[in-house]
Amino acid sequence: MNLSRRQFLVLVPATAVAWQYVLAGTPRDAPNYQLADHWWGMLLDITKCIGCGNCVRACQAENDVPDGYFRTWVERYLRTDWNLTTPEVISPDGGKEGFPTAEEVKDGMYFFVPKMCNHCADSPCTQVCPVGATFITPDGVVLIDQTYCLGCAYCVQACPYGCRYIHPTRHVADKCTLCYHRITKGLTTACCENCPTGARQLVDLKNPNDPIHAFLKTHDVHVLKPEMATGAKAFYNGLDGSVR
Amino acid sequence: MGGVEGYMYPNEINLYWSVLIVVYPYVTGLVAGAFILASLVRIFNVKEVAPTYRLALLTALAFLIVAPLPLLLHLGHPERCFEMYFTPHDTSAMAMFGYVYIWYLMAVLLFEIWLDFRHDIILTARSSKGLKRAFYVLLSLGSNNTSEHSLAVDERAGWIVTLIGIPSAFLLHGYVGFIFGSIKANPWWSSPLMPVVFIFSAMVSGIALVLLVYMFTTRARHREIDMPCVDTIARYLLYIFIIDFVMEMLDLVHRIYVADESFRSINFMVHTKLYFSQIVLQIYIGTLVPLILLGIVQVTRLSPSLRKAIYALSAALIEIAVVSMRWNVVIGGQLFSKSFLGYTTYKIGLITHEGLFMAVFLTLLPLAFLWVLVKILPPWPELKRGMNRVASVTMP
Repeated sequence: MNLSRRQFLVLVPATAVAWQYVLAGTPRDAPNYQLADHWWGMLLDITKCIGCGNCVRACQAENDVPDGYFRTWVERYLRTDWNLTTPEVISPDGGKEGFPTAEEVKDGMYFFVPKMCNHCADSPCTQVCPVGATFITPDGVVLIDQTYCLGCAYCVQACPYGCRYIHPTRHVADKCTLCYHRITKGLTTACCENCPTGARQLVDLKNPNDPIHAFLKTHDVHVLKPEMATGAKAFYNGLDGSVR
Repeated sequence: MGGVEGYMYPNEINLYWSVLIVVYPYVTGLVAGAFILASLVRIFNVKEVAPTYRLALLTALAFLIVAPLPLLLHLGHPERCFEMYFTPHDTSAMAMFGYVYIWYLMAVLLFEIWLDFRHDIILTARSSKGLKRAFYVLLSLGSNNTSEHSLAVDERAGWIVTLIGIPSAFLLHGYVGFIFGSIKANPWWSSPLMPVVFIFSAMVSGIALVLLVYMFTTRARHREIDMPCVDTIARYLLYIFIIDFVMEMLDLVHRIYVADESFRSINFMVHTKLYFSQIVLQIYIGTLVPLILLGIVQVTRLSPSLRKAIYALSAALIEIAVVSMRWNVVIGGQLFSKSFLGYTTYKIGLITHEGLFMAVFLTLLPLAFLWVLVKILPPWPELKRGMNRVASVTMP
């Protein structure tokens, strides 16, 4: 290859800059992981959730989530027959230690709704980040580069689902990473791993053998706040219309 | 959980944008408003308000210097703020701030002030000695030409800069409104009217501030307040305030009449947590009272001393209204859950770095900057040899 000095001087810094991106795009500890082969999401089955709080505890242990903040949490809804759109909702300490015994109701129903980052394909939080510290990976996970985040909290305001917070000691935005450090090694997330009823299932829409495809054909699955048009990938089975 | 009614998502219980984010749009708005008043003289040839022209420019500069401070103090990592310049995210409304700010500071305000004061700076440099002379020579940027031709060039260039400055002032504050208005997750903010309301309230607050500063400094210097000047400012203040009020009411009435899902939350807040700041302070005391007072002046013949008192009172009340409006937008927008099922409480700190004292300090700090600026560049009309030149200038 014949390179002039001028071309060389242009190429060297360009390669140095590009190399960082090459490295950034490849998870270091997962050499066989191909970003382009996956499109991650989560199936949350309300009909199976028992509100035990295992997922919340597992998430906090796995990801060192500070007390009082939640990457995932569980809500208990009481929807009465007389008021279908304004349910009574509780989530004591994010449902981490379960829920108090419910009073019996004749004209209503209780159900649990696990919540987490929806890893939206068109996420408002990614859109508003002034420096691009929040980004979506090619395999469909919304992540935060905490070494880059300003801590302005604009993303917290932009998330329609209340999934983000400012970490009280790191002073940067924080939220569910879909256990990216685990799923890129072929493991499932901590919350899915610890759910005793299988109410949470990690799904890979690009995997033709993933059971999600059969599930979506046979079940009535919805996303939260579809009117927000965020391309949410937290898929809910048995989602009641009162859930916000 | 203390201070929570109904259900909040657990991450929503604490507010993430504090009172400093109330100060930020307020201070930025004062900049835009003061500049618009100055542009009345230059572009729209409203000669009566010429005595406030230079004071308005310096006021805008003093507040512009402080405008980024509340944002910086609020950031979790202020040391990373320059990333917004070096690696801005092109889809973020906030990423524009750095550029709009620098554009407005360097290309518009500093340039216009320099052009307008260049002659005075050169004359001061010539008549001074030692350090003072060196300082003013530095301010003159080496310019030493005071010929009639050079002054005419200053005028012409200043006119062009002001012409560019008007849309820039709108951009500066319109974009602040857009930061809130474009958040679809928050119905209290999400409105295309938000930038419009922010621009008009900014104009109102800036004009009222310059009116107050002009009356105060003139009184403090034992000079006569120029009545045609303050009458004219008050008239424009009234007109723009009416537009601002109509826009805000249009937004409110639209929300009430449409009464969508979020209305229950908003209605509750306006009647409880925001009742004092929105209904009492912003609408009754801060808007209706000054509108009535300024309206009375237009239709009756009152003595100059009474008019002056009315203007000062109205301007002060208008500042209260605009601060309240910023509070109601920023804090109000975080008091209800995005689930629309509950409400939280803002616990304001007092002497924390995002507390009330810091907010008051940052709001008053520009006045200290203004004091320094008027010492360096006296804006008083009687000192400007060519003041009539500005007043009588009729540019193409």
